[in-house]
Amino acid sequence: MGEGFFRDRKGQVAIELAPEESVVLQGLIKQLLALLDELPGGDPGLAELGISENTAPPEDAVLARLFPDGYQEDDPAATEFRRYTESSLRDGKREAAQTMLKALTDEGGKIVLDEQEGRAWLRAINDLRLALGTRLEITEESYERFEELDWSDPKFGMFAAYDWLTMLQDSLVRAMW
Amino acid sequence: MTAPSPVELERPGLDEDSSADRPWIAIVWNDPINLMSYVTYVFQTVFGYGKDKAEKLMLDVHHKGRAVVANGTREEMERDVEILHSYGLWATVKRDD
Repeated sequence: MGEGFFRDRKGQVAIELAPEESVVLQGLIKQLLALLDELPGGDPGLAELGISENTAPPEDAVLARLFPDGYQEDDPAATEFRRYTESSLRDGKREAAQTMLKALTDEGGKIVLDEQEGRAWLRAINDLRLALGTRLEITEESYERFEELDWSDPKFGMFAAYDWLTMLQDSLVRAMW
Repeated sequence: MTAPSPVELERPGLDEDSSADRPWIAIVWNDPINLMSYVTYVFQTVFGYGKDKAEKLMLDVHHKGRAVVANGTREEMERDVEILHSYGLWATVKRDD
């Protein structure tokens, strides 16, 4: 497994991906895109104006984490906030995921990111970590719990992916700083 | 290629509050998934804070469970929170009291 993102000799933010790493990332991003499509859309005409008819927080825990309430203990305000922000928020998440997907090939190899692409990757990788971490019910103390997991545990693969994405995310932040 | 034309949206329920001369705040809440390095980076990028200030706010979120990261009008705070949500941070708007 590679060491994540780095600055190459030209000072560009880059990563070297093995073929299997690139394939795994594509699979994860496609799952995220499918999940984003599950969010209720509402009226397409209103959606074009960035207004969603959907005003309730998503029932799915991952979608609820990706699209949190903008107000606490104020349901009418939270509802209005969701109405005016959710659909553009979803578009932004989709766009970031697509940016990442476009750069990935089954062959792997070196990928160079400019500033804008770097930010899109940061957001998309973070959304993947939020999705996996929510499914795994990650807490501040989870690491010890997961280190005891057996290979055969169905959560083992998810946790390995989460751990790897954490390394990618942290290395990308540091490369972009 | 298309460019979005400016659309003035009536936002019901906002006017009576924004007319009041009271500042609003954006709060970021601690969560176990977002990385400390990433949260610091987001504060620098979104608010233009220096690394020291961004790091201090990140540590406040981490240790105290939450931190006020910006203040201003209600519209400004809603915009900031929307941007923070786009980066995956858990943020909310509140009237400062």
